[in-house]
Parts: sequence; structure tokens; C-alpha cells
Amino acid sequence: MKLGKTFLEWPVIRQVRDRDLLGRGPAVTSPTTRQIRPRIEDADTVVNSICPYCAVGCAQKVWAKDGKVIHIEGDDNSPISRGRLCPKGSASEQLVNSQSRLTSVKYRRPYGTDWEDLDLETATDMIADRFVATRKKYWQEQDDKGHTNLHRTMGIALLGGATLDNEENYLIKKLFTAAGAIQIENQARI
Amino acid sequence: MGASYGRGGATQYLQDLANSDCIVIQGSNMAECHPVGFQWVEEAKQRGARVIHVDPRFTRTSAVADRHIPIRAGSDIVLLGALINHVLSKDLWFQEYVRNYTNASFLVSEKFLDTEDLDGLFSGYDEELTAYDMSSWAYQSSDPGAAEGGEGADSLGGENAKADKAQEQDEDSDSSPGTIGSADSSHPHGQTQSGASSGESHGSGGPSLEHARVKRDETLQDPRCVFQLLKKHYARYTPEMVKRICGIDEEDFAYLADSLASNSGRDRTSAFCYAVGWTQHTDGVQIIRTAAILQLLLGNVGRPGGGIMALRGHASIQGSTDIPTLYNILPGYLPMPLAGQQDDWDTYINSIGNKKQKGFWANSDAYMVCLMKSWWGDAATKENDWAFNYLPKLTGAHGTYQTVMSMMHGGVGGYFIVGQNPAVGSANGRLQRLGMAKLDWLVVRDFQLIESATWWKDGPEIESGELETEKIGTEVFFLPAATHTEKAGSFTQTQRLLQWRDKAVNPPGDAQSDLQFFYLLGQKIRQRVADSGDPRDRPLLDLTWDYPVDDEGEIVPQSVLREINGRHLAGPKAGQMLGSYLDMKADGSTSGGCWIYTGVYADSVNHAADRVSRHDQDDVAAKWGWAWPANRRILYNRASADPDGKPWSERKKLVWWDPDEKKWTGKDVPDFVPTTAPDYRAPEDAGGPEALDGNDPFVMQADGKGWLFAPRGLVDGPLPTHYEANESPVPNPLYGQQSNPTRVTFPGKRNLFAGAGRVRGTEVFPFVFTTYRLTEHHTAGGMSRWLPYLSELQPEMFCEVSPELAAERGLEPYGWATIVSPRAVIEARVLVTERMTPLEINGQTVHQVGVPYHWATGGTSAVVHGDSANDLIGIVLDPNVQIQESKVGSCDIRPGRRPTGPGREALLEEYQQRAGLIPGTSNQSLGKAHRADDPRRSEENGEEARQ
Repeated sequence: MKLGKTFLEWPVIRQVRDRDLLGRGPAVTSPTTRQIRPRIEDADTVVNSICPYCAVGCAQKVWAKDGKVIHIEGDDNSPISRGRLCPKGSASEQLVNSQSRLTSVKYRRPYGTDWEDLDLETATDMIADRFVATRKKYWQEQDDKGHTNLHRTMGIALLGGATLDNEENYLIKKLFTAAGAIQIENQARI
Repeated sequence: MGASYGRGGATQYLQDLANSDCIVIQGSNMAECHPVGFQWVEEAKQRGARVIHVDPRFTRTSAVADRHIPIRAGSDIVLLGALINHVLSKDLWFQEYVRNYTNASFLVSEKFLDTEDLDGLFSGYDEELTAYDMSSWAYQSSDPGAAEGGEGADSLGGENAKADKAQEQDEDSDSSPGTIGSADSSHPHGQTQSGASSGESHGSGGPSLEHARVKRDETLQDPRCVFQLLKKHYARYTPEMVKRICGIDEEDFAYLADSLASNSGRDRTSAFCYAVGWTQHTDGVQIIRTAAILQLLLGNVGRPGGGIMALRGHASIQGSTDIPTLYNILPGYLPMPLAGQQDDWDTYINSIGNKKQKGFWANSDAYMVCLMKSWWGDAATKENDWAFNYLPKLTGAHGTYQTVMSMMHGGVGGYFIVGQNPAVGSANGRLQRLGMAKLDWLVVRDFQLIESATWWKDGPEIESGELETEKIGTEVFFLPAATHTEKAGSFTQTQRLLQWRDKAVNPPGDAQSDLQFFYLLGQKIRQRVADSGDPRDRPLLDLTWDYPVDDEGEIVPQSVLREINGRHLAGPKAGQMLGSYLDMKADGSTSGGCWIYTGVYADSVNHAADRVSRHDQDDVAAKWGWAWPANRRILYNRASADPDGKPWSERKKLVWWDPDEKKWTGKDVPDFVPTTAPDYRAPEDAGGPEALDGNDPFVMQADGKGWLFAPRGLVDGPLPTHYEANESPVPNPLYGQQSNPTRVTFPGKRNLFAGAGRVRGTEVFPFVFTTYRLTEHHTAGGMSRWLPYLSELQPEMFCEVSPELAAERGLEPYGWATIVSPRAVIEARVLVTERMTPLEINGQTVHQVGVPYHWATGGTSAVVHGDSANDLIGIVLDPNVQIQESKVGSCDIRPGRRPTGPGREALLEEYQQRAGLIPGTSNQSLGKAHRADDPRRSEENGEEARQ
């Protein structure tokens, strides 16, 4: 180590050189600190989003890199949240990138004791087959109370959570109503 | 609120709380459950506002409030009713506001009898149907030709209720001691309401009236006028009664009453905030309505810093009712048609909004035609009544709890659970799981293997031996879902504001948005019936389902929002987006999937994605997102000006009449006909928006007024009345009638209830429990128990008890306790805390136990586990909206862990036997509370059981 460098790195010299007279800024950073970069620095994209937990509707900024979410934080521009997030909203990056999150279909056959794998296309076809058959099996045109023209099936029900988008709720209500499946419900009732 | 004001949404926006001079938070722990929204309460406080928290528990909301007032869970109407009485008897009401903007002067039918006359019942109660015929609650008509009373849906409701007796009940009548309560209480009359009169269907339009020509007494002296009826109804709701029923002392009551009265008027406004602490009761709708009446009397509606903030619990709860995944309504709060009552187009439309009534609900035919055009396009024509026959018909309540009961009978084949966890999050978790075990197939769409997907493998009933995996025939599909960052779309948050999210990344692996899944499922279902000649398949085949897809084959979500907004189909503007619901026509020349959202895509711009920074616009922030209706941020804001159209005060200025321009103007979008002058009086024969007088601020109400008295729209009474919870250790001190006589019950051996009042056996379940949320977890835990950060912050299920109760039952701090309700046995860690206050109620000490409900056993991939509080809760519902009573139940608590395996069930049975519980207990619709000193009480109880 050269004497000169050591001398120039003396704290008091650094404080004067860096105009950090109180010694609370750049003069006292360690090499490690100097190398730290914000994790969003080399993000590919950032988009506007909204927190999926409670209904306050706090605005989030979501940063992504290589097709993966790398950071979520509050958006200061929001007139409602003013950049703030609660513990749940702050933890939402873990919700998205959870280690235990499932990204493939699981199937349990009747009387089965464990999950099996199934590809998505097959699963969707099987569900569509069952939907059509169940709809028919439980179809009701009249009931025993004398009501007629009911045009409905009592065999298919749905319970949705309230993290469904308006567009999703709309398609579900539209499809199920057209199919005559009236027993559609939502967390809003609960 | 729908029945009081005409729309069911929060009346204002969260930031507006900062303009309040007094904020009462009741039925909500806002600081912990809506922490970021709570900053506006803090802001108000810094500007000098007084903040009062009324809640059974002392929470972090209480900690920063000026005062915490502990209350017995389920007694809110007594407190709010006493405030109404205080305001009326001390002449503290806002006279000019009340006289002009409410129905105070309207005369009510001579046939109407109050709960004061009938010891807790209103006129029109049918004991057999356990439902009201509402015709005697009607206004007196000034038109000699008009029939008094409703000939519409309401009065027909009873008939329907009768036809629907004895639908589902808990399965095993075999093992019940007698088939008690069955037909009678399995209850039906949710149905009545589901058609045209339920509270929920008034999300954006009040109940229908035949006309708006009503007899009035402007002096408010006539004994039949609403004002006098209100006075009489609440005369016995006194501070002494508040002390006796709520456990609130007179000094606390005086503080609350003075705070509200001195902070209301021309120059000041007060606001209420509530959440599910008000909704989850058998009289939940009426609790909210009591506050709505009080706010009208104080003149706090439609004004800055006033109103009632409904705090919804989940990102798009408001959106899920506006565009409902609910059985009883169509988008925009149009009702699903009810068989036997709305069998044809004309009857259906007239029952929603009569052409002769006032306001914008009279145009419901246009809203409905637009919806049908959006769904069935060219197949919906005037000739076929806009394909009205394609709609399935309801015959009763088909809510989630009725569906679970139907599952128990094998009445449901397939069940989709989409981002929800009913095995943990719904009342009586055991019935939820047992119901699923009887399905043919189950589809669960979620991020993680939640308990509703794994109950067949590791649920509590597998552990106890009640179910065996190898004997469960349910086929289960678990499909991975996309998160909020992996799809674009809009949420509607608590203040009716639509906010668009952009997509950040593609979903991983096979994960899919729900939009894409249901779009593809729809395609596949349509392919399967493509060659069918069966008329029942026409609605599917004629459905408009041709959405554009992007390069990756994904449906474009903006195209769905455009369809929701609606477009011109004919004329020079064909193809263009509608600008507002005023553009909607009933002749088929326009479409629109949800009329209240029309305008969100005006000028082909997605206004839900508007993001002008708060630093670059005023406090109303109209350029951030888009609020229904018509981007109005404070509803009924015509009332922010006096009858002459001038602001009540400079301090509370919002919207006013500009006499030079001859139109309404101000800081918010006026919620009124823009050119109707304050002194305008509509001709007698007018209908619709043209019939609104210049002093009718409640533009969705059939008479333009805020409803102190609801002649229609609520199935359990025109005025809120205190009833005890279905399960309550306290006899109702106000009336002979113990509980809401129209509540919806489901008697069955797995849905037992402890006695009410002091019947034999109530001493077995002597304590009141109430459930709640924590900041660090979310609902049934599907979005929090799998997250290490949140799980570390709140690792274990616990219960909160007072030091007095801990001493009485020998509970050790941080040790284990076993909590037993008539439905379940669970265990929890004990938190002994002075945050829980024992209350003196009617001469007896009532201890309350607090239990958060986020945990569950099973679901082995979760980070943390614990017993589910919702297993404790029974299924008994509010008759207006079919929401369960999860905020009040009876329990016992004892030290130590619960037994495992079959021992758990044995302990429950021992309790049930000791208390003498049978399915009829507490499930009789009519009933007096039995006093402890009544020598006949045990016999009566037995008789009750045999009925």
C-alpha cells in the first residue's frame, strides 16, 4: 500500500475533498457501500400497477428484468396512497415470486390419494367436457313449485375472490349467465 | 346505503376524510385493516378534527383516536338509534337540509304499525312465511286514483317465498332429534328480495315506486309523517338504554353525541367509516341504514368531509358487485329476473324503475337493452324482447350458503373456486369442506395449494376420521393463476374508483389470467354445442365472444372494458364509444355492458388508466383513475349547496348553481341534471330525470329524496330496529322479539346455535366471540400465509381475552386455550390484554373474546398453520343481502390445547349435549327472549325445540 494513497484517504482529507464537512456523507462510505446499486437500476421495464390486497387501491410501480418482477414499491404520484404501502403491499414481490407458487396443473382423480400432473390444454378440455355434461344433467326448465321457463342449470356453481378484475368478472358473469348457471358468487357476499 | 340514498357505494373518496371535522369509525379497525387509507384520518386530525373509535376491542385505531368507546358486538343500532333520538329530541337536526332533501315530510299509510306498537315487529309480518308484506309501509298518495302500497315486486315477494319453502337444509335430518325448524326456517325469503327489493340490488338505483306524487306535511307535525314516525320509533333509544345494551356509559355517549352535533351544520361536517364490523350481522344492512339516517338528519351527505365511507376489504370488492359475480344481479345492479314475478320484459323493466318515477333509474330500460345488445348482439332485437328469454330465472336465494347446503344433498355437480378459499374464509368451514366432498368435480384457480384445494388430503375432517380420502369421489383440478403483475385489467376500489394495472411480465409456466382461462373455456364450451339444435344452447351460441387476441394468443383486456363502456351501433356515430350513460338508448342503437361504468372509455381513452400525478392537480384529483358514475367523487353533491343553489358555507363549498351560466358547476362533477335550476319544480305528470325538482339531490331515488323512512327496498323493516344477534346471551331489553324475525336460518345438526337470551344451556357458551383481521395477513390467508415476511410478523393463531376473563378461566398468557362454539372446537395462543373490556350488560357481565381468522390447518405448503376461526361460526344470514353473521357468536374458552383425532368431535358433542342444542335452537323466527327467572323456561325451551 502506498504511503500517498493512505495519506489521501485520511478521514479529514476526505471530508474536505468531498465537501462533506460533517462527515456524514460520501466521506464515510465504505467501498462496499460505494458499489451498491439500486436493484432497479438495470430493470428493463417499469409499469403502473395497483396493490391486490385491501380496497384502498394503493398505486404500485412494478420493475421487471428478463421477464421477471424484481421490485415493487409505492407510487408517490397517487393522490390516494401518496407512495405508501402497508406490510402486505410491501411484501407483494414475495407474493409474485413465491418459492412455493405452483406454475403447473395438478389433478386429483376421483378417490385418488395424491396429485398427478396434467397439461393445461388437456385439463381445460376436461373441464369444458364436464361443464357441458353437468349443465345438461342438472338442467331445469320448470320446478316443482310450478315455475316455468327457468332456462337454468343448478349443477354448476362458482365462487370468485375479489382480486378478480372487472373484465374477468364481466366475462364470467356473461358466460355463466348464457350457460344458465345462476349460482355465481363472490367474496363480496362474505 | 342503496335504500337510503339510491346508490350502494361509498359516498365520498378517501382523501375527502381530511376535510372532516369529526370522524366516527365504527365497525372497522381502519388503522390496521386499511392502513394507507387511514393517513387521511390522521390528516384530518392534524387539521383539528376529532376522531372517535367505537369498537369491542381497543386496537391501533383506538390508540390514535381522541377516544375509544368499547361496545358489545352486535348492539350498534341501539347506539346509533340513541344518537338519532338525541338529535331529534334536542332539536339538533339540520332543519333546512332535512326539510328539503329528505322524505321527512312525506306521509305514510294509516295501515303502518311500528315496532313500538307490535313489540318488535312491523305491520305486515307473515308468521308462516317469516317475511313481511310491505304494502302497509307505503307513502300516502296525493293521487286519488293511485293504489296505496306496492303492487310490484315487493308484495308479490311473499307468494314467492311461500312457493320456495323448504329448500336446502343441513343434510342429516336422520340424526336430528325431530325434524325441527326444517321447512319453516330453511327459508326462502331471501328470494323475495333477490328479485327487486334486496338491499344489494340497490347498488345504483333505489327501490321502485309507482309514482312520486306523495302527500306531505311541510310542518312535520302530522303524526303520520316520516319525521314524527322516526321520533316515536327511537324515543326509547336513550342513553340509559345504551348503557344497558351496549355497555357504554353516559359520559362516553354524551361525548360522542356532542362531538357529532357540534361538528355538523352549515360550516362543519362529520363522516362515518365502517367495514365488515357492520355488514356481518343478521341486521347488517339496517346498522348501515341507521348511520345513513343519522347523517341525513345532521345534513352530512353529499358534502365535503361528510358521508359514509364504506371500507371494502379486498382489492375489487366494489367492482365485484358493480359487475357482479353474484347470483341476484346483472352488471350495474340490474336485477336477475325472478320467475313468477318478472316473466316478461315489460313486467321486469317496470319493477326496476317505473317510467313515472323520478330520477335516472326510470331509464333502466335503456340500461338493460344496452346490456342485452352487448351480450347477444344482433340476436337481441325489439321483436324478441331483446332476448329476454335467454336469461335464466331465479326462484329464490341462490347465494353461496344456499349453494353449500345444496352440495350437501348432491345438488351441485361442479364448482369453480377462483381466488377464494371457502374452506377457511367462509362461515362454518366444516360444512364448506363436507359440501365439496359431495361434488363430482372441483376447479380451484390460485397461486398456491390452498386448503380449498387440499381438504381431501389433509383437511381437519381427514385428521378426525370423519372423511376418508379413498372414499371421496370429487375430481379436483388445480390450475395456476396469474398474479396482479402478470395481467392487465382494472380494479374498482373502495371509493368506486376504477384503476387500471399494466402488465409487467408474462405469467410463469402454465399460469394464466382468469380472463384468458374463461375466454378459452367459453370457446371450448361453444365448440361442444356448436351443432346443437337444442334451444337451450342458443344463448351460448349467440353470445358475443369474438374478442381480439394479441401476438401470444391472449385476449386483449381493453377490448372487454370497451364492451363494458358501450358503443354507438347505428347512426353517424356508429362504432364510437359512448360518452356517458345519458347516451344510452332503449331502441337497440347503442350497447353497453355495465351502464354505471359508461364513460370509462369515453373518446376511446381508457380513463381507468388516467395517471395525472397528485402534484399536478387539485385535491379532488379527478384525473387519477375514473370513478363511477360519470367520474363523480362525492355522490349527491347537489346537497353541498343550499336549496337556492348556493354553498352552505365557504368552508364546505363543492358544487353550486351558476345563475349566469344557468348550470351547476364546482370542484366535482355535479351529481345532478346539469341545467335544472334550484327553483325548478317539475310538472305533476313528468317522469325520469325531467321529474326531478331543483331540490331533489338523490337522483337515483324514485322520489329524489334521502330516505329517513324506507317505504320499500328492505325486507326487514322501513326503520332500523335493534335485534339481538342470532346467538346472544342477552335478552333483547327493547322488545319482546329477540332477533331479526326475517333472518335466514339453516337448521341442521352441523349448524347448531346456542340459545338466545337466558334459555337453558346458554351458560354452557357464556362468552361472546368476534372475529377480525390483522394488518399482516389477508382474509383466508391464501395471499399471506405463504409469504415468509408476513408469516414471520404474525406466525400463530391467537385469541384476545381480558385479564378478568383470563383469571376466571385460568388462562395463562401465551399459553394455549381451547375455544368451543356450538359448531367447532379450535385452539389458539392466549393474549391476555386490557384491550378487551368486560362490559356490564343488563346487569350481567359479558366477556368478549377476539379471534383473528387468517389461519388454517392442512395446506402443508403454507409457511404458518393454525386453527380456523371461521369453523366456529354458524350460518345465519341477513335477509337483505344474505351475508353471514360472523361478528357475533357464543363460545366457551378453557385452558390447554384441544384434543386431536376423534376426541375433538367428542368434546364438541359433549358441549352440545350439555347445552341441550338441537337444530331448532335459536332458529325460530319469532320468539321472545326467555328470562332466567322464568320458571317455565326449560319447558318453553323444550317446546321451542319441538315446534
